[in-house]
Amino acid sequence: MHFDAFDRYHDRESFAHRLDPRVKAVVTIMFILSNALLPDGAWLAFAMAWGVMLFSNHLSQLGLGYTLKRSIVALPFALIAITVLFSNAGNPLWTMRIFSSQVVITDTGLLRFVSILIRSWLSVQMAILLVAVTRFPDLIHALEHLKVPAILTTIIAFLYRYLFVLIDEVFRLLRARESRSGAATGIASGGSVVWRAKVAGGMAGQLFLRSYERSDRIYNAMLSRGYAGRLYTLNPHEMKSGDYFVTAFFVVTIFLIQVVGRL
Amino acid sequence: MHYIPTPMHIPDGFLNWVISILCWLITIAVVGIAISKTNKSLGERQIPLMGVMAAFIFAAQMINFPVAGGTSGHLLGGALAAIVLGPWAGMLVMTAVIAVQALLFQDGGLLVMGANILNMGLATAAVGYGLYRSAASSSKGVKLGVTGVAAWLSVMTGALLTTLQLWLSGTSQLAVVFPAMMGVHALIGLGEALITVFALGFILQARPDLLGEGSESAKAGSGWVWVGGLIALTVVLLSPLASADPDGLERVAINAGFIHYGQSAPFSIIPDYTIPFLGQTSISTITAGIVGVVIVGLVAFLIGRGVRARS
Repeated sequence: MHFDAFDRYHDRESFAHRLDPRVKAVVTIMFILSNALLPDGAWLAFAMAWGVMLFSNHLSQLGLGYTLKRSIVALPFALIAITVLFSNAGNPLWTMRIFSSQVVITDTGLLRFVSILIRSWLSVQMAILLVAVTRFPDLIHALEHLKVPAILTTIIAFLYRYLFVLIDEVFRLLRARESRSGAATGIASGGSVVWRAKVAGGMAGQLFLRSYERSDRIYNAMLSRGYAGRLYTLNPHEMKSGDYFVTAFFVVTIFLIQVVGRL
Repeated sequence: MHYIPTPMHIPDGFLNWVISILCWLITIAVVGIAISKTNKSLGERQIPLMGVMAAFIFAAQMINFPVAGGTSGHLLGGALAAIVLGPWAGMLVMTAVIAVQALLFQDGGLLVMGANILNMGLATAAVGYGLYRSAASSSKGVKLGVTGVAAWLSVMTGALLTTLQLWLSGTSQLAVVFPAMMGVHALIGLGEALITVFALGFILQARPDLLGEGSESAKAGSGWVWVGGLIALTVVLLSPLASADPDGLERVAINAGFIHYGQSAPFSIIPDYTIPFLGQTSISTITAGIVGVVIVGLVAFLIGRGVRARS
């Protein structure tokens, strides 16, 4: 497996790609917080936030469909929010019968449900955009600059660095299980659920031991190259005029969105 | 990619800002303690170890086994991480895993990441390790049995916290979502318990030194037994109560004035009429919970016997 098989970074030459990763991380969080702060049914403010999202998307040159296509990841969770439709404060809109019981959808319930979906949909698209225009190591480095403790960013950096190695290991384990799981038509293969769980558990334990031993080798290799408890990067981040401009743009726009949302 | 999203990662937009920030504050406080503790007890050698272990948890979540009807069980890993690495290091590892899931895969949001880390990383590690620690000096069979219960309860704790946060944010009605979430996770937890028990059993057999005397896992204080035990007890007591009487829980929250901070749109559970199938659902949840405990206990007992017979 290639090292960036998991990477969501899309290489392009664009304004958004060139921005300082710290700026990108901060404005993304600001945008998501702003969505969370908007009251239910602030349609004009939601539309403005969508405009900001589309504008950021335009700056990234990824095409409008890019974030749209990937934004469905949060959809299954909407199932949990569906219960707010039946909130009892507000006027009934629609009554239906499920299993001889009455379920009423109210206007406040519907308003809240739609608002939750919009907030989630806008927020997830901005997060998708962030990782599409920022290399993951740059993002980790930005987090370090934003005072996330070094021990955490180092663990994340190692996780990212060795994830594809261990996934290859998982594929080997899965292939080994597959190759030993013969099945003939008409005859069920394998044992009970508990037996299958035992196999999977053994594989997880095996993966643990392999990872553990690998981490020893990694540490020794790092020591031999002069590791003294810190990772260095040749990529110093520098704020340019574009970065200041984008930060200012987001601060002003989000302030406006909040004002409009509360009118 | 063979990446399986779990139904516990809350996306952005589903928790309101007060709950999101409150959860972030708790998470930052606990992770801060975890960092200072691990900095004290671990050398620089442990940092690559924890990084690779985080990748291990991530990768191990892809090992699945078919259960029935196209569904499959797989690992979440909070309890296992805390048991093999010790509670503080386990918490840091889970924090990194959840952060990468949110950053790379948008599985879980950014503003709500504090809540996701709290539910799936910190709480699961505390419950998983605390209960395991209570049996640390027992025989291998008992140890594995307790591990199974610990893993199952760690998933239930995460599910309970997730449900409470969603409800306090006004994103879902407790009466419906509580039994549904707890019921689903009672089953997911069974998969978690089985894999955790078998994985730990294998590690104990192949490399007992990793968990023996002097290991990080054995060094953590016995105070964890109290922490994990108390959280687990709360979950066990609160679950049937909340399933049977969600309105009661709601009243407590209203009396405490907490719900006003949580919900921007005030609404309460339908007071005038009851929906018959809800009653059935909450009863089925309790039943599922009891059946789950019995099955986990039984499986643990059988494994314990099998292990003893072999050795």
